[in-house]
Amino acid sequence: MTQFLDISGLCARIDADGQEKEILRGVDLSIPPGEVHAIMGPNGCGKSTLSYVLAGREDYEVTAGSVTFHGKDLLEMEPEERAAAGLFLAFQAPIELPGVNNANFLRTAVNAVRRARGQEELDAVAFLKTAREAAKALSMAPDMLKRNVNVGFSGGEKKRNEVLQMTLLQPSFAILDETDSGLDVDALRIVAEGVNRMRSPQFSALVITHHKRLLDYLKPDRIHVMAKGRIIHSGGPELAEQIDTEGYTRFLAEAA
Amino acid sequence: MNAVTKDTKATLQPFQPRLDAVKGLERTAALGALHRVGLPDRRVEEWKYTGLRFLAETPFAGPVRAYDATWAQAELQRLGVTAGVGAALARLVFVNGYYAPDLSVLPEGVSVAFFSKTGSFGPLACPDREALTALNTALAEDGAQISVPAGVDGGHVLLVSLGQAQAGAPISFHPRHSVHVAEGGKLRLTCIQGGQGRYLHNPVLEVSVAARAELNHLTIQSESDEAASLATLYAQIDERGAYNSFVLGVGAALARHEVHARLSAAHAQVHVNGAQRLRAKQHGDISSVITHAAPDCISRQTVRNVLDGQSRGVFQGKVLVERIAQKTDGYQMNQALLLSEHAEIDAKPELEIYADDVKCSHGATVGALDDDQMFYLRSRGVPEAEARQILIHAFLEEALDLIADETAHALSAHIMATRYPLSGEEA
Repeated sequence: MTQFLDISGLCARIDADGQEKEILRGVDLSIPPGEVHAIMGPNGCGKSTLSYVLAGREDYEVTAGSVTFHGKDLLEMEPEERAAAGLFLAFQAPIELPGVNNANFLRTAVNAVRRARGQEELDAVAFLKTAREAAKALSMAPDMLKRNVNVGFSGGEKKRNEVLQMTLLQPSFAILDETDSGLDVDALRIVAEGVNRMRSPQFSALVITHHKRLLDYLKPDRIHVMAKGRIIHSGGPELAEQIDTEGYTRFLAEAA
Repeated sequence: MNAVTKDTKATLQPFQPRLDAVKGLERTAALGALHRVGLPDRRVEEWKYTGLRFLAETPFAGPVRAYDATWAQAELQRLGVTAGVGAALARLVFVNGYYAPDLSVLPEGVSVAFFSKTGSFGPLACPDREALTALNTALAEDGAQISVPAGVDGGHVLLVSLGQAQAGAPISFHPRHSVHVAEGGKLRLTCIQGGQGRYLHNPVLEVSVAARAELNHLTIQSESDEAASLATLYAQIDERGAYNSFVLGVGAALARHEVHARLSAAHAQVHVNGAQRLRAKQHGDISSVITHAAPDCISRQTVRNVLDGQSRGVFQGKVLVERIAQKTDGYQMNQALLLSEHAEIDAKPELEIYADDVKCSHGATVGALDDDQMFYLRSRGVPEAEARQILIHAFLEEALDLIADETAHALSAHIMATRYPLSGEEA
């Protein structure tokens, strides 16, 4: 128990075309404050489901287990309450919002969270200044604030927009779901630097990835291997190297 | 025959005292047409989705000229006519169908006459085809006759209708308006409709856009929640003329906005766009017939509906391409967002094409709010109710963006914000 994020025996299923499918089968995972952990694992092992369940997506039914965040029952909270409490999910496939201006969206989100946290709301001028600086640090074109949320954005622009949201919402815990997928080398570095700027004793992250390269930048404290809905192995940063050369076969065999 | 006559008499019963007093050639002819066919019921194809039975059941009296000035001024403020961006514009205000000079500011460079003085009916309306136009023709009290001279930019004019009915005393008024933009002229016209109590607003508007002229026309229907608003609009667009229209419907218990647009010479263009947002038991009908009667013309139609509660939206859009109208370019799209399982949309797009070299497309979509989009917003801390409002607003905004004129757009945004205030921050 870390008193920060503790996942214990978490089981969840989804109703897929009338068939109930177990996806998480007893996930145990604790992340202390100030640490970056990574989850790696074969496709379909439940990594994205874990991120959705933590963020509060309603399609998934939690059937057993518990999640506490800052000592509170996370699973009891609405998605917006989780965001206000400091949780952030960077989507693997960010959603397009036609007709919603990106700057307005960001300000609405930031002020909703600030309101919920008892902080003063930012006026339009103060917000735009902050947002422009944050966008610039991520090498985003200035017009991306004026466009509709993620509409017509390239894959890389969408991922940067996720990191921009994270920067502005100032979460204490971020889940990055394959934020590195579809990024070229330069974009990957920029995104990784954006995450590294967040690092502090009060910020933790759970990074879901298939690739060692992002982890080379982020230097995670722990790496977990997930398979068939459970964490089957945990280790230090050296695990990334091992998976990169050997794949998951050995861990899968050990767990079987 | 006797039975039919009796039947139509019955449906017209509330109007009978006024109809019995009808005089004059056009009015008598219209009355004849009205008595021949009566008010349409749902067996009439064009009226399959919108019933008018309440007309026969409501004892509508004729309007009186006197009005409560304090109320009218407050209503004009509320509608954004005398506050905000509207305050700087010329305005022709009608209360219960009669021109109210004390509330109006006449435009410059544009000639304005009044139907009550001229008594002249225009050439475009078809009282023998449309019963509501016949009813208007028989009973028309007053109306604005706006005319923009050749080559003149008439600026932006507001044509405002206020209805004021006392509790338990429903009234009906039947304004007869016309707008003519002469060759190479320009006008921006915004019609704003509001009011209180139970009344029937039954206007007819004739629009003629001459060669190379341009009319940008926004209608904001924000009538009293108890009102019926049954409007018929006839437009004729000459060579290289452009008529860009948009109707925003948010008010009335029952509303129908019916447009007959005729592209009468080559390279003319017409936009018949619209949006409506309805709730409770509101019924909103946007119907149109766009006739391509000449080659190389363009028609565009995008209509979006947001329907909550037990409301019902109707879209009927017919595009008729005559044999001569080669190289016609037509586009029509109707989209509906249903916010409640009891809301309903009836969409009837129709293409009738007699030319063989045309490009016409149409489509219709119906859906609910997108779960992925809702979750995305909520995961960013936006509370559920606010997230819904943001997505509804965005859906409508994609249609409202078609109102090119900034002032007109601001007027529509004002009405939307008055009817549907966003909780918390505006997105």
